[in-house]
Amino acid sequence: MKPEDTVRFGMRALFGYPARTLLVLLAMAMGVASVILLTALGEGARRYVAQEFTSLGTHLLFVLPGRSETVGGPPPLLASTPRDLTLEDAMALTRIPSVERVAPVSVGAAPVSWRERHREVTLLGSTAALFEIRQLAMSQGSFLPAGDPFRGEGIAVLGHKVKRELFGNRNALGEWIRIQDRRFRVIGVMTPKGQSLGMDMSDTAVIPVASALSLFDTESLFRIILQAKSRQTVDRVKDSVIKVIRERHEGEDDITVITQDAILSTFDRILSTMTLTVTGIAAVSLVVAGILIMNVMLISVSQRRTEIGLLKALGARSAQILRLFLTEASVLSMAGAGIGVAIGYAGAWVLAGMFPAFPLQVPLWSLAAAVLTALVNGLIFGVIPARRASYLDPVQALAKR
Amino acid sequence: MIRLLDVDRVFEVGEEPVYALKAVTLSMTAGTYASVMGPSGSGKSTLLNIIGLLDRPSRGKYLLEDVDTTHLSDDEQARVRREKIGFVFQFFHLVPRLTAAENIELPLILAGVNAGERKDRVREALTSLGIRGRSRHRPDQLSGGQRQRVAIARAVVMRPRIILADEPTGNLDRASGNEVIEILEELNRTGISLILVTHDPALGDRASRKIIMEDGEIVSDTLKN
Repeated sequence: MKPEDTVRFGMRALFGYPARTLLVLLAMAMGVASVILLTALGEGARRYVAQEFTSLGTHLLFVLPGRSETVGGPPPLLASTPRDLTLEDAMALTRIPSVERVAPVSVGAAPVSWRERHREVTLLGSTAALFEIRQLAMSQGSFLPAGDPFRGEGIAVLGHKVKRELFGNRNALGEWIRIQDRRFRVIGVMTPKGQSLGMDMSDTAVIPVASALSLFDTESLFRIILQAKSRQTVDRVKDSVIKVIRERHEGEDDITVITQDAILSTFDRILSTMTLTVTGIAAVSLVVAGILIMNVMLISVSQRRTEIGLLKALGARSAQILRLFLTEASVLSMAGAGIGVAIGYAGAWVLAGMFPAFPLQVPLWSLAAAVLTALVNGLIFGVIPARRASYLDPVQALAKR
Repeated sequence: MIRLLDVDRVFEVGEEPVYALKAVTLSMTAGTYASVMGPSGSGKSTLLNIIGLLDRPSRGKYLLEDVDTTHLSDDEQARVRREKIGFVFQFFHLVPRLTAAENIELPLILAGVNAGERKDRVREALTSLGIRGRSRHRPDQLSGGQRQRVAIARAVVMRPRIILADEPTGNLDRASGNEVIEILEELNRTGISLILVTHDPALGDRASRKIIMEDGEIVSDTLKN
């Protein structure tokens, strides 16, 4: 029997029972489509996070007060309060050779008002360096000017949303606003850059770090953001930062330095694991589809007993019968996989249209894995029915009903 | 050309062995026209299945064209079936989803014959059985007589040496039954051996050799002169 005839015979048999064939195709297609869609979503999430991190700025290091390290032994009775991270510390870091910029950051909430309007706003105290580091952009006016960071000038840069809520469509530049009990002059408004990792810049007001520290009446910075000159120098900068701060803090390592790459790779690991997990769950539906194929083929074999007996009487070898039914099962699973791929891509396309910001993409490995699993599945679950068919005794199969 | 030597076919029914065939010895020359008659359960069909290599004797020898078939493997038996034997059944056993032409084509497909040659041979068979106009009809669109003609066409398309017909008229009215028998007899006149299992004494009497079975044994074997 020629291979093309075997395939044709199998196709004819599948078309002979359209309802059954359609059901199996549907099950297989859903399985493959869900694998493709779920991996596309997982992969999209991973890319989205990576994208967000680059929008945060490149080769950054974050210096936080306090040591976040698990050490053995009993916890200290009174938690030794870490030394404050001060503006002087931040300025000391600017002297490290490979450091491009340093932005000290102080964060707090304060009531902001203009005429009768009041609003609680997140205040960011920082320096001119923040502009480059966070890759901000201005829609009006200018950002904090470079200058002595210890001088607490009464100037403020408003986020897009804050400006709109306080001033509406009116001009804000040059206006005096009140933050707590002090007066600040608005020197710029930022573009609606949007959310970056939980911090909505449009919902903040930026003031000089020295003003913020005195407003909050503290010496302690929230964190220091450093930008290294290049990706290669990030690790060296990290070591230098720890050394510089240790010298300034009487030999104690009481800060934590996190590099952007470390955060990114952590997220990457988490999201990759998540993608694999959902793929695994989706793959279960492929196995279910395989079992359905087995079921349907078993029914097919028992319904077509006389046909099988006849084929044997006409001189078909057992191996030929086996091949016929295996071909049927694999044609079924292949067609199902094909339809599933189409549905999966269509779904990804629709989702991409609905959420343009989300970089949805079907990874090639998942496409290959889904189609391959479908095929192997069809063959494995096709073996039992096909063997049953090939072992059928023709005399009994053809016996009068 | 067919020689059965002391053939038993035993089935185990519970603990009891049941003899479907008991010490059957039989020989037929090429071109024979034989009828096998007997009550239900007398072993007629079992005899036919053994001659057609669908079943194996429990004991004894079966020589087909001087080849001992008892030791052939399943695959070799399948090949002999394909090349030398044509079956005609009471219930036609046509594949319902295939057209008449495709049903006739089946043995050629199984034998791996080229598509071009298949077409010619199917057309030839359709023509010689007078069902050319029905080639694209599916079995459920055909009358009983037409169905049996398709089945006969399928049986002869491989040009076998023997046709084994198990109650070929059992499901047909008298007129179509007669037509079918005439077709089979016509084929026999071209030199193909014809073995016909039947209940109908009138049909059995038409054969040149009449074998009567009872309880797995041949009780009468007469030649018409």
